[in-house]
Amino acid sequence: MRRDRTPLALGAIFLAIVAAGPFLPPWLLFILTLAVARGLVALGLMLLLRAGLVSFGQALYFCIGAYTAGGLGIRFGVSDVLLQALAGAAVAALVAWVLGFLLARYRGIFFGLLSLALSMILYGVIVKSEALGSTDGLNVLPSTLFGVKPHEGWVRYSVLVAASGAALIAALLVHRYLATPLGRLAAAIKDNEIRVEYMGASARHAIHVKYVIAATLAGMGGALAATTVGHIDPDMAYWTTSGEFIFVTILAGTGSVIAPFLGALIFGAIHTVAYDLSPNTWQMSLGAALLALILFLPDGVWSLFARRKAA
Amino acid sequence: MAAILDAQGLHKSFGAVTAADGISAAIERDSVVGLIGTNGAGKTTFINMITGYLKPDRGRIHYEGRDITELAPRDITRLGICRSFQIPQLYASLTAFENMMVGVGVVLRNAGLGGFFSRGRPLVPGHSVPPEDAAERILERFGLAEYRNKNAQVLPGGVRKLLDIALTMVAKPRILLLDEPTSGVSAEEKFAIMEMIMKAVRAEGATVLFVEHDMEVVSRFAGRVLAFYDGRIIADGPPGTVLNDPEVKRFVVGGELHRLDEAQGRARA
Repeated sequence: MRRDRTPLALGAIFLAIVAAGPFLPPWLLFILTLAVARGLVALGLMLLLRAGLVSFGQALYFCIGAYTAGGLGIRFGVSDVLLQALAGAAVAALVAWVLGFLLARYRGIFFGLLSLALSMILYGVIVKSEALGSTDGLNVLPSTLFGVKPHEGWVRYSVLVAASGAALIAALLVHRYLATPLGRLAAAIKDNEIRVEYMGASARHAIHVKYVIAATLAGMGGALAATTVGHIDPDMAYWTTSGEFIFVTILAGTGSVIAPFLGALIFGAIHTVAYDLSPNTWQMSLGAALLALILFLPDGVWSLFARRKAA
Repeated sequence: MAAILDAQGLHKSFGAVTAADGISAAIERDSVVGLIGTNGAGKTTFINMITGYLKPDRGRIHYEGRDITELAPRDITRLGICRSFQIPQLYASLTAFENMMVGVGVVLRNAGLGGFFSRGRPLVPGHSVPPEDAAERILERFGLAEYRNKNAQVLPGGVRKLLDIALTMVAKPRILLLDEPTSGVSAEEKFAIMEMIMKAVRAEGATVLFVEHDMEVVSRFAGRVLAFYDGRIIADGPPGTVLNDPEVKRFVVGGELHRLDEAQGRARA
């Protein structure tokens, strides 16, 4: 049997970030941290995609996570990055557990549009709510870690390390989950749900579990994005945000738990370069990149690695 | 002998069409029962009601004394009643081995093993070997070892049929319901497939109900035959008796022969 190298690779990437971080410019630290946050959301979408489900509304949980983190800071003065991330994940998980009873009944386009609708409801609520900052959004408290306020100039690095640590643990847990019978049921559900039922398993339950895991990851990603950017606004729940997450997930491919983070990094890079070159038409570059990807790498960037391994 | 499965007065209609019109049958433990009848006679409806896919309008089904009429398919499967399909229901994008591993995984999960917090490699209940070995063993038993790494969607028809049946055997069924196990398979292959199934079943000790159109296969493998016509069972007994019953000859076997003649006539023309 082939040895499982994923945990080792994840650990190595984490150590590389910790070691290289102090030497990187702040803007790159910012891009890396956002990639980690977005990667968490994409990791959750990957779980759903493996079961054949595309959520067009993952921004719902991203936004819930972000506003939970922001609210903790503004209302209760909790500015600890990891506490905020945990709280964001927990609130998202709770909401997903409730909504999951409804969503796990639907497949295909109905699942996608229902999730989209739910995220747009949240968008509408925030836009109309003065207490939540309406369209202007709210500023988030400066981040602290374990009760300590990092020195000026080290804040970005501390947040990156905390986010990477949280993402490392999340990715390891998801990796283990994928190897369990429940995790492996995803491909079977995608292929033939009737057969799954006739083998004595509940596809609906399996999808509900995946949906909650995906939301937990998105909530954590949202909380981390909030502290990184220092600002939250209703656009975090908007459908274009959900679209970006799907973009990242497809860009990455579903081959490994590392892929979503790589995808998020590439997305961040394309975004940054395109925006720098042409601030008004950066979406066009993004669209062209996605088009090229679907044509040349339909199984995502990760298929490059998978192919090399097979060779 | 004690009945493992007891269906009493099953009725099922779809609008104006009556698919089951008072079907009653008690199936004895470890028996091999052939279900015959023309298309639309109620055989598959009968199987669908036993497996919970269709709920009868009237009548009850008891399995080992327990009323299973209202249970969902997966709960009935968990009790040990497993079915195969006329058109193989496989996981098309997975290899034959991965197909088996899905089944093994479900068995582990239903036994409370192989969860997120379980450690080490559990033994598969009923197989007493680790998951991979259990999957390999069943593939071997059905002569599928050479197709281990092939995707289910590229397998030849007969092999798909066997893989479908092999999938039902993973859960160690007490009752095996086979819906036309030899349909779409060449005449030579039919007997080989049935032999393989029977060998596996004899080793595991299961009760078998199989739907079959080939009367040669029925008389060779079934110990008892239920002849369906128009939603009812019109004859029930050993194959020698049932297949020679005048009504069966007229409505079931005759129907088959008639269609056979027709087909040959068309071929000659």
